[in-house]
Amino acid sequence: MIVMRNICKTYKVARRNAGLAEAARSFFRREYDTVTALDHVNFTIHDGETVGYIGPNGAGKSTTIKILSGILTPDSGECLVDGRTPWKNRIDHVAQIGVVFGQRSQLWWDVPVADSFELLRDIYSIPPALYKANLDELTELLSLGELLRTPARQLSLGQRMRCELAASLLHSPRILFLDEPTIGLDAVSKIAVREFIVKLNQTHGTTVILTTHDMQDIEAITKRIILIGKGRILLDGGLDDIRRGGEDIDRTVAALYRSYEI
Amino acid sequence: MKKATRFYKYIAFFRLRFVMGLQYRTAALAGVATQFAWGFMEISMFLAFERAAPDAFPMTFGQLASYEWLQQAFLAFFMAWLMEGELFDTITSGSVAYELCRPIGLYEMWFTRSLAKRLSAGLLRCLPILVVAALLPDPWKLHAPMSPVTLLCFIVTMIMGLLVTVALCMIIYMLTFFTISPKGMRMIFAFAAEFFQGAVIPLPFFPAPMQRVMEYLPFAAMQNVPMRVYSGQLAGVELFRAAGLQVFWLAALTGIGKALCAKAMQKMTVQGG
Repeated sequence: MIVMRNICKTYKVARRNAGLAEAARSFFRREYDTVTALDHVNFTIHDGETVGYIGPNGAGKSTTIKILSGILTPDSGECLVDGRTPWKNRIDHVAQIGVVFGQRSQLWWDVPVADSFELLRDIYSIPPALYKANLDELTELLSLGELLRTPARQLSLGQRMRCELAASLLHSPRILFLDEPTIGLDAVSKIAVREFIVKLNQTHGTTVILTTHDMQDIEAITKRIILIGKGRILLDGGLDDIRRGGEDIDRTVAALYRSYEI
Repeated sequence: MKKATRFYKYIAFFRLRFVMGLQYRTAALAGVATQFAWGFMEISMFLAFERAAPDAFPMTFGQLASYEWLQQAFLAFFMAWLMEGELFDTITSGSVAYELCRPIGLYEMWFTRSLAKRLSAGLLRCLPILVVAALLPDPWKLHAPMSPVTLLCFIVTMIMGLLVTVALCMIIYMLTFFTISPKGMRMIFAFAAEFFQGAVIPLPFFPAPMQRVMEYLPFAAMQNVPMRVYSGQLAGVELFRAAGLQVFWLAALTGIGKALCAKAMQKMTVQGG
């Protein structure tokens, strides 16, 4: 179970106007603005749920994922994931979760994917039998096959994303965080990724928290959506709560963003 | 049991690095060729120097030739500029997020990773250089160590020197969390480390007062000690003093690196969204 209570997080950003004079002035006196990324965020997610975490760019989605995965420390508030505070028990915590950042890679670039997987097996201390069972299952579901023997740099984005997903699941995590997993993928790869995530949730009961800008991801995968804007939770409910009879999901969400002025 | 599994985590990096080292076949061959060319050039230069002023030479020519060949054979162990570009990219691009999702300390993970890279690169390349250099005629020849004890001292101080080198590089990685761009720091560090560790000119060739100061710097704890132990220039009390300094610097540098790492984790804001 995941509980977020009154989580706040701010960043400091150096700002100045354009131009040489301004640049020279800021060389001596730098002005910082405080940007609020998260403003008293509250939610609870139960085991086995699939949650879509949506909102415009800069709303605080990635910040939330990074706090939940122990990478960032919030300024204030409480967060418990299966009884652990992520940033305090980082090492114990991360052994139990899987994370996929759609815009980054965790595979070693120059060696076959299987070598990266074996490194992960050892880092997570996955027992050999479990590793083999998981690898076989993931290979079948994500049709990895020959991809495992290919260097990561020679994979297409869609192939690579399938491997990234597998890499994050080798240690049987109870919770999977997906930060824009379908970004840049073609239709076929998107569908493959979505179907896989749905199946994973059904067969293993893995809790899935997904951020995306692709509303079809939300329709296909998640039962619940949490809308965040300007660092605040604006809506927490089912897809049916926002659907307005027969309208295209993208338009629905755009109207939703407008109604909250985000 | 717990200790054993922790050990495996680290071994995994060595395995992957050896695999990668074997992957870059052309790089390995080119490296060996470059190091031969460089070794010959350096020895020729010192040969000219020795002929011009034999009395000013602070060691026998045999010792110098051995120093140069060992330096070339184990280049990857000590070269300060051999840092992992990937780690800098990881920090500046924000991919460090993935590294922090691993159930292992960041400092320990990167230390092992850097050590594995140097060890695999060095071990995969040293053999051809050592064998050929040992077969060369005088004055080019790599001489055998004076005794098994000397060889043992050489190996121990070389491992210590390698660890000191990695610990120094770790400080540069950690500082990148604060400066964002590693460029300037890397350049100054690489230059200083090369000069002060005796990679350009062995330390005994420096004027005595300068050499005395240089011997106490952390850089002297890198290749300077093992290369001079091998040919018997550092023995007895001097050897113990030099090895003691290696231990001291290794402890101090890892201490500083870990403190920086903890500080970086505290104020961490992952770059790039």
